[in-house]
Amino acid sequence: MPADHDDAPLLTLRNASFVTGGRTILHNIDMAVHGGRITTLIGPNGAGKTTLARMLLGLIKPTTGRVWQRPGLSIGYVPQRIAVDPVLPLTVGRLLSLTARHLDDKATMVLEEVGVPHLFGRPVHGLSGGEMQRVLLARALLGNPSVLVLDEPTQNVDPAGQIDLYRLIVTIRDRRRCGVLLISHDLHIVMAATDWVICLNRHVCCCGQPEDVSRHPDYLHLLGHRDAEVLAIYPHRHDHRHAPSGEPVPDGGTDTMANNG
Amino acid sequence: MNDWLDDFLVRAHLGGIGVAVAAGPLGCFVVWRRMAYFGDAVAHSALLGVAMGILLEIDMIAGIVITCLAFALLIGLLQEQRTLAADTLLGILSHSALALGLIALTLLPPIRVDLMGYLFGDILAVSRGDLLGVYGVTAGVLTALWWLWRPLLAVTVSEDLARASGIQARSVRFGFTVMLALVIALAMKVIGILLITALLIIPAAAARRLASTPEQMAGLAAMAGTVAVIVGIQASLRWDTPTGPSIVVAALGLFIVVQTVGAMGAIASRWRPAPSPSQRGNIKERRQRGEGQ
Repeated sequence: MPADHDDAPLLTLRNASFVTGGRTILHNIDMAVHGGRITTLIGPNGAGKTTLARMLLGLIKPTTGRVWQRPGLSIGYVPQRIAVDPVLPLTVGRLLSLTARHLDDKATMVLEEVGVPHLFGRPVHGLSGGEMQRVLLARALLGNPSVLVLDEPTQNVDPAGQIDLYRLIVTIRDRRRCGVLLISHDLHIVMAATDWVICLNRHVCCCGQPEDVSRHPDYLHLLGHRDAEVLAIYPHRHDHRHAPSGEPVPDGGTDTMANNG
Repeated sequence: MNDWLDDFLVRAHLGGIGVAVAAGPLGCFVVWRRMAYFGDAVAHSALLGVAMGILLEIDMIAGIVITCLAFALLIGLLQEQRTLAADTLLGILSHSALALGLIALTLLPPIRVDLMGYLFGDILAVSRGDLLGVYGVTAGVLTALWWLWRPLLAVTVSEDLARASGIQARSVRFGFTVMLALVIALAMKVIGILLITALLIIPAAAARRLASTPEQMAGLAAMAGTVAVIVGIQASLRWDTPTGPSIVVAALGLFIVVQTVGAMGAIASRWRPAPSPSQRGNIKERRQRGEGQ
């Protein structure tokens, strides 16, 4: 794991609850995102993970409690998906300049950083799930964020691509020393890429190091059955993996992502 | 001075082009944001605006803009309630607005009201004063659109992404609604409230195939609208057809031509040779670039 964790939090929730239409979506959440550290938010569907992320981003206000951001903090947001209608002619390059103008050189550089420089001139609506995630990640990186918030980045990505994407996130964290909040429903696959896990089901069930959480009774009760599934369906080993462009790239096997750090 | 403006045909062309130039880029957003039916509903409320203008003895355009705007905001409010599907709600409001407008106009004291003119437009009756209004509003709308372009496009692609980047999505959407109401009020004279949406949507749809960026599409839509206005007026003169509908049919013709040519181009490009293995870059190079650690 990389050294200098910045121990002062960049982003915190204090006793935050969110109620809408008489339903409590989130109840008394306390959490923090630290610089240089990957915090994973894990929980079943409907646990309020996206609501929590939207609260941290300032898109919605907590009903009670509060959100605190370090003054001047810049957050890079990578949403779960964006639906670009084919009737909107949007290239990847133009999408990168969606909310702020960037020079093409700079845009190409971040695309290179996330491993998809060849996508610059491509129309957005033809991208695969994995390509789209990398492009959205590149867009977020263009703002030089001190915190990255990624909402289920591997939702539409095949298992091998998921591991690549998590490796990439670790690499970016190491290079840029930014804090990362990762939302996932699959602890097993993000475990090696995570420094701290928060298990959420409308409230914080448990939190800690990934190894500890994976053995915690609350976690096992909530999501434990998934581990068995993942272990059963992903036993194969490859001698190569695929670059985002689809090219085979040699690899020492399906090592854990910790090797990268 | 200004003798050439004495010709009603010159005024018709200029008025139509002025509206088309504003309607093109704005129509792109109507298409991208899937607001075609919304545009229709707002346009239908314009007739109520005419009635209000006559009743309150205020400027007709002002009456229409105020009514359209109020109606657009009402739709927005009702849509947030989510008690009815969006298309049902718009269907109710759109047709009710039209019916109420028609009734309101007949209930007014018997002033000479050119109902057909409002419904289908009367571009050949565009006056010098109308032209002034058209170009004033068009210039205003285009300036506002230029200024709002990036945030509006960002909100169109993803409202969350836009807001997370500090864009005030609500204000941007409100700005767009104001522009839409203004253009609808303008276009009523030219093409009539029943066909306004066509002038917003068809040129934008025709431009789609030819554009690879949003900005190109907006520019091409303005051009397509301009061509449709010119061709429509000429056709209407030649065959003595109603002018507003002729403009819409001209736009449709343009759309069909672009679609056909585009489809043929797509078939042709499918037969391009596949990249050879040597073009795909070798593994060693990729490792050196750090992609394969």
